[in-house]
Amino acid sequence: MSGPRTLYDKIWDDHVAHQSEDGTCLLYIDRHLVHEVTSPQAFEGLRMAGRPVRAPEKTIAVPDHNVPTTAGRDTHIDNEESRIQVEALDKNARDFGIHYYPVSDVRQGIVHIVGPEQGWTLPGMTVVCGDSHTATHGAFGSLAHGIGTSEVEHVLATQTLIQKKSKNMKVEITGHLRPGVTGKDITLSVIGVTGTAGGTGYVIEYCGQAIRDLSMEGRMTVCNMAIEGGARAGLIAPDEKTFAYVMGRPHAPKGAAWEAALAYWKTLFTDEGAHFDKVITLRGEDIAPVVTWGTSPEDVLPITGTVPSPSDFSGGKVEAVQRALDYMGLTAGQKLTDIQIDTVFIGSCTNGRIEDLRAAAAVLKGKKKKDGLRAMVVPGSGLVRAQAEEEGLAQIFIDAGFEWRLAGCSMCLAMNPDQLSPGERCAATSNRNFEGRQGRGGRTHLLSPAMAAAAAITGHLTDIRDLL
Amino acid sequence: MEKFTKLTGIAAPMPLVNIDTDMIIPKQFLKTIARTGLGKNLFDEMRYTQEGQEIPDFILNQPAYRASEIIVAGDNFGCGSSREHAPWALLDFGIRCVISTSFADIFYNNCFKNGILPVVLPKEAVDVLMADAQKGANARISVDLENQTVTSSDGQSFGFDVDAFKKHCLMNGLDDIGLSLEKVAAIDSFESRAKTLRPWV
Repeated sequence: MSGPRTLYDKIWDDHVAHQSEDGTCLLYIDRHLVHEVTSPQAFEGLRMAGRPVRAPEKTIAVPDHNVPTTAGRDTHIDNEESRIQVEALDKNARDFGIHYYPVSDVRQGIVHIVGPEQGWTLPGMTVVCGDSHTATHGAFGSLAHGIGTSEVEHVLATQTLIQKKSKNMKVEITGHLRPGVTGKDITLSVIGVTGTAGGTGYVIEYCGQAIRDLSMEGRMTVCNMAIEGGARAGLIAPDEKTFAYVMGRPHAPKGAAWEAALAYWKTLFTDEGAHFDKVITLRGEDIAPVVTWGTSPEDVLPITGTVPSPSDFSGGKVEAVQRALDYMGLTAGQKLTDIQIDTVFIGSCTNGRIEDLRAAAAVLKGKKKKDGLRAMVVPGSGLVRAQAEEEGLAQIFIDAGFEWRLAGCSMCLAMNPDQLSPGERCAATSNRNFEGRQGRGGRTHLLSPAMAAAAAITGHLTDIRDLL
Repeated sequence: MEKFTKLTGIAAPMPLVNIDTDMIIPKQFLKTIARTGLGKNLFDEMRYTQEGQEIPDFILNQPAYRASEIIVAGDNFGCGSSREHAPWALLDFGIRCVISTSFADIFYNNCFKNGILPVVLPKEAVDVLMADAQKGANARISVDLENQTVTSSDGQSFGFDVDAFKKHCLMNGLDDIGLSLEKVAAIDSFESRAKTLRPWV
């Protein structure tokens, strides 16, 4: 391909194993991450067809979605169906010879936190997983997206995916973020602009000074929610921060291989003049700490706002907003900071990394959660948990009245025992506020870890800037 | 996979926008290790009370729509989680076609792997079909994949686009792993090239 190329174009071009006349490609997959919920049927399919896993050395499995986050889970899981799924993953990992981190391993955690942490995720790679939040890995400049179980089976059998190329979208965040504003606020604000279908058919490249200024953890938060904007993937060009994060990780290249990799990684950027099909620009200074009020991630407003009215919208959204207000138990015109909460959940592949726990602990230090409120921290991995204990963060959470849990997806999707009851209202650092997402009838407000910590102290949604 | 060629059936209108895969099949039903049996829990929390009683107003509980084979849906159907349990549940219930102005990417792909045809049409066409679906069981919508048309009960016909390869697989019920493995030589040669160019991978 000649002419200037985008980062996406470059990674795509380097992974086309076969192209048909109609443009349908077999895209080669460098890393395949696997968890217990979306893989059993895929392994069963392989067995029935007598097919092996083509590249077990590029396949990494870890149970995360429905593992309990309380002590004793390495010897027994009460819920029979969850136990069967975890046991099936144990067996499939063993039978097919793939890398595996069982719940008894300190490295176990949410698949999208374990991948980068162990150095499996590297710039310029193609990464897939039977989970929509695979977009997270795009923070390294790797093309990463979620797939269905049939595609999981396809990748296991062929190490490729049948794909047609997406369009290129650029999301630029210029300037600098103001105090109290985080990667979570960026990614939610972008969805507020594009809507949840705005990215459909696109791969997004996030760029601009405010993105460059983010840590790797912050960049992962931004890319993680690219899927919530409908995009196939989100990407950020690798830079010195990326290389520094990757260096020394267990599965990162070493020595001469590192030097060769680095030389290649430094070519991974969008060329001057490359074409984007769509461009969105936000000023970093204009982004405020935000929360969601409804049941779609696009239902987002600055914390200083008020609950909107269905009449503020048009088309199919009018009915959806009325339904959302009924479900959420909110009234149009209500101040967002007047919304009282019952529960605080800090964790998930969106905000379960060390920096997220540091941000929440900084707000909570020396303070207590409001009486009667339920609050929990679920670190994204066993290693994040260990590091937080070493840094004294765990003690801050415990002293503030939070439950300090073991690693997993937990209340983000409530497949394990961590669930909301009907009507229970939660300030959550996770990624989806859909009806029933955190438990039937549960009400979710998405926000940043610092905002979640602030809400835990006051008992209502709170502008973090008031506590700075 | 079951072939999809032509279908004439009852269409359930679901005008709500952003129907996500958590709504289509809530998380508690993802603990299965099978692909079948999810139809009874399709749209579970919209369809049943907490106690498991049917909610009479819900569209698929209404007598006219209990045997629906098509859903005409609001914008951005199937957004959210990648769970293929969503198309498995639709299929197990008997839905073979969903019509909307837009679909989320992963859900759209998952449908084709399971013999379900997702049809994207402009808003004006979806509005006509939505109104037609609202007429009840006597208003049957026809979908013809070969000719790429959807026809309302009163004969209004709309053409739709579909990727040629996806259409071919769906019309013939093909297993695409088998098709891809026919190109194993290309995969082998890519792997050996990549090993030289990017040995650290």
